[in-house]
Amino acid sequence: MQITEMTAVELGKRIRGGELSATEAVEAVYGNYLSIDESIHAYTSFEIDRMRHNAQQVQDRIDRGKSGSVLAGVPIAVKDNICTRGELTTCASKILTGFRPPFDATVINKARAAGMVIAGKLNMDEFAMGSTSETSCYGPVKNPWNTEHVPGGSSGGAAAAVASGEAICALGSDTGGSIRQPASYCGVTGFKPTYGSVSRYGLIAYASSLDQIGPIAKDVLDCAAIMDVISGIDPMDSTSLPQGSGPSFYASMTGDVKEKVIGIPGECFDSAVDPDVLENVENAIREYEKLGAKIKPISLPFIRYAVPTYYIIATAEASSNLSRFDGIKYGFRSEDCDNIDDLIVNSRSEGFGAEVRKRILLGTFVLSSGYYDAYYNKALKMKQMIMDGFDAAFRECDVIICPTAPMTAPKLGSSLDDPMKMYLSDIFTVSVNLAGLPGLSVPCGFDRNGMPVGAQLIGAAGNDRTVLNMGHAFQLATDYHMRKPGGAK
Amino acid sequence: MNKKWETVIGLEVHVELATKSKIFCGCSTAYTDAPNTHCCPVCMGMPGTLPVLNGQVLDFAIKAGIALNCEIERETKFDRKNYFYPDLPKAYQISQLYRPIAHDGTVEIEVDGVKKYIRIREMHMEEDAGKLVHSAAHEETYPDYNRCGVPLLEIVSEPDFRSSKEVAAYLEKIRMLFSYLGIVDHRMLSGSMRADVNLSVRKAGSEEYGTRTEMKNINSIAAIVRAIESEASRQIDLLNSGKRVVQETRHWNDDKRTSYAMRSKENAQDYRYFPEPDIPPIVITEETVEQAMLSMPEFMNAKIRRFTEQYELPEDEAAMLASSKKEADFYEALVAEGTAPKTAANWLIEHVSRILREEETEYEAVDLSAEELAKLIAFVEGGNVNRKDGLKILEQMVKGCGPEDVERYIQEQQLTVSTDTSELAGIIEQVLKEHPDTVAEYLVGKEKVLGFLVGQVMRSTRGKYNPGVVNETLLAKLKSMKH
Repeated sequence: MQITEMTAVELGKRIRGGELSATEAVEAVYGNYLSIDESIHAYTSFEIDRMRHNAQQVQDRIDRGKSGSVLAGVPIAVKDNICTRGELTTCASKILTGFRPPFDATVINKARAAGMVIAGKLNMDEFAMGSTSETSCYGPVKNPWNTEHVPGGSSGGAAAAVASGEAICALGSDTGGSIRQPASYCGVTGFKPTYGSVSRYGLIAYASSLDQIGPIAKDVLDCAAIMDVISGIDPMDSTSLPQGSGPSFYASMTGDVKEKVIGIPGECFDSAVDPDVLENVENAIREYEKLGAKIKPISLPFIRYAVPTYYIIATAEASSNLSRFDGIKYGFRSEDCDNIDDLIVNSRSEGFGAEVRKRILLGTFVLSSGYYDAYYNKALKMKQMIMDGFDAAFRECDVIICPTAPMTAPKLGSSLDDPMKMYLSDIFTVSVNLAGLPGLSVPCGFDRNGMPVGAQLIGAAGNDRTVLNMGHAFQLATDYHMRKPGGAK
Repeated sequence: MNKKWETVIGLEVHVELATKSKIFCGCSTAYTDAPNTHCCPVCMGMPGTLPVLNGQVLDFAIKAGIALNCEIERETKFDRKNYFYPDLPKAYQISQLYRPIAHDGTVEIEVDGVKKYIRIREMHMEEDAGKLVHSAAHEETYPDYNRCGVPLLEIVSEPDFRSSKEVAAYLEKIRMLFSYLGIVDHRMLSGSMRADVNLSVRKAGSEEYGTRTEMKNINSIAAIVRAIESEASRQIDLLNSGKRVVQETRHWNDDKRTSYAMRSKENAQDYRYFPEPDIPPIVITEETVEQAMLSMPEFMNAKIRRFTEQYELPEDEAAMLASSKKEADFYEALVAEGTAPKTAANWLIEHVSRILREEETEYEAVDLSAEELAKLIAFVEGGNVNRKDGLKILEQMVKGCGPEDVERYIQEQQLTVSTDTSELAGIIEQVLKEHPDTVAEYLVGKEKVLGFLVGQVMRSTRGKYNPGVVNETLLAKLKSMKH
């Protein structure tokens, strides 16, 4: 078996056993990057010299018996909105051209401490704003299953890299579905943890109250092993919660789902959903029945309000979070400026792409004096209703299952022409962020064109292990997650 | 100023808290150090960073709120105030709008013997911005981010002031309260205080407010008083000549003693406040508030009352001693070292205060030892050290270059007054010989002239002898001459 075909846990085991070295692992990933990335464009940068150096250091530690963690020596690729000290971190935006943060994000610190090698920065929608990974200033990412299709977004680079074998595993971020939806489109496994269980320190904020870092990997076991590395309370992030600490995620993967009650929300299985998607997700439900889980119809009546609520809150926070990019301190500065106002206005107008500008304008509007109550305040009330609605639902069931997205990966270019369609494709994922819940996307089949379909499992806040274990049980019984795209290589 | 018009003033006062580190990161608050030396990714607002509230800021704010008789908010929240300016690296200031830490307080002031209560609308915590340094030579501007994240309290009053005197009394009161709490440093104690002044005038007796202007960021009590007087008369002049006051923000130039319009209401900034998502609501328990109340120091008025009762001081002396907590504490330390309360008060009020004034400093800035000063006072008051020499030593002590051990110093310098009276007798005789007329006057009953003779003896001995001893010996001699 080739290194790049291994799961992170498998590779870690072989490195620990001395069969393979951290250096060989990085070289294998780099080799695939060189041969594949031209057609996929999953990366924004791949600073191989640093990675070779880091891999060597990690290997030395392993050789001295000083790093025995499950994932020691395993390369992990990182979405380009997570700060890596001294390494390019651009959010796929012109405005952060050449930006090298002076510090590591907490998840990077933790990954390094566990002996993982940070291997490459992943392409994405600019500032994580998009559902297709087409708004990157470096150009769009392509879906390894069919390069005429998008990989989803905004962590499209992460999902595409894992699917194509350009990465063993990856860290993404999820504000409204940005981990789960691309995982679904690319046939890989993606997990958005409970809000607060993974530190956001060093994640360049899109919408602070919704953003959460999480793993994209080949299977649930890898996701659980990565959660063991990155989760936990962080004194640098006041919104981090003790929920991330606690028993090992990896060790909690028993695969036992007997007597678990799975809620089926009728609202997510209506005619607006692609029939191939419906069929595959319904098959997954039948698989769970076979495994001994109980199925229960439930209702999420608020779900149709989730998309407008999300776009008000997310853009409002974004308009403030992205104000700091003013051309003064770092990144891109417009040449065309005679005074301070010009410097700020022109640097921002030239440095941000169209989608980002649109969302900043929308967010600025909803926070404006006279409109605040009509939009932002109302959205906050909706957010509370959505949380209460999920609370009620989880009194009826242990997890909820639904399609990750109402369709499979669309063709490149088709979404930007119809932005409403793109925004609505977030319908099943955004409510999970608004309520701060854990959500997992697992591959559960393919549509008529051979494009992957994902099923989403949602749990109550803090029940991350339950959600992951449900996914693991499914993967023990099926092999969708092991299928590899043929077109890419 | 003009009986026909009444001035109405509301204040927003900014107070810098004397915490060691900044409000949301671990950087030092010593922002006057070399530019950009107390900065980190957090206070520089680098992308990806997050604020973490400094617990001491919260403690200080709770104490301040209690001292201003405010209600303490049990679930306080931060909000973002958004605006672009190069000294604000995140392009938003973390402040409090919707759930400030304290609200609905009162501050008692007294002007010309009349007491009055000023209502506090709210008090909130926020971070300071950096500073822009303009280089005229290069036509360039350099940001200094040292001050970014220095903790501030903003105290917003109701429009309850009717004169600059009331404003000055209020500012002095806040300064006293906060210095007693130990939450501000000497910068504020020496009069530096930033305030925004909202001012309008209306016909005397009118219930409705006139159109107001706002003067932002005036930075000393004296300048605030000047700005108020200038703006009130500007508005009265406008109204007297039939013109209208325009609602606008004005800039007060204290050097030129004049203000000019900065922006009108139409151009007012929209700060797009919204809840700071990076800092969860802060729950303040009943217990925390109770403990803060128990830790409240005895404030000025209570202290004056106690000093008049416990030490039998006249009220004016007690008030002078209690004007700063450090002075009051030092006074009590001096008494505890055995100095008589009245004597200790005299020394501090007459001598120490005078030297501090001459040196243009204050108690907070000097390091006086109560133990050593008590010894010095004992030497002087006991007649063993000449008062003049004693005051010289005191001056050195206040300046910080005094002797470490007063007793040893006095012995080394041989400053003890002589008690050997053998020589004294001869000198007295000499003086009496030189002033026969005065002696005659004394002997016929004009006892007042004794003082003159004592003075003459003191002069001849160059203060070598204790005045009491001189007095006694001289009296004995004169007595013997009577018979």
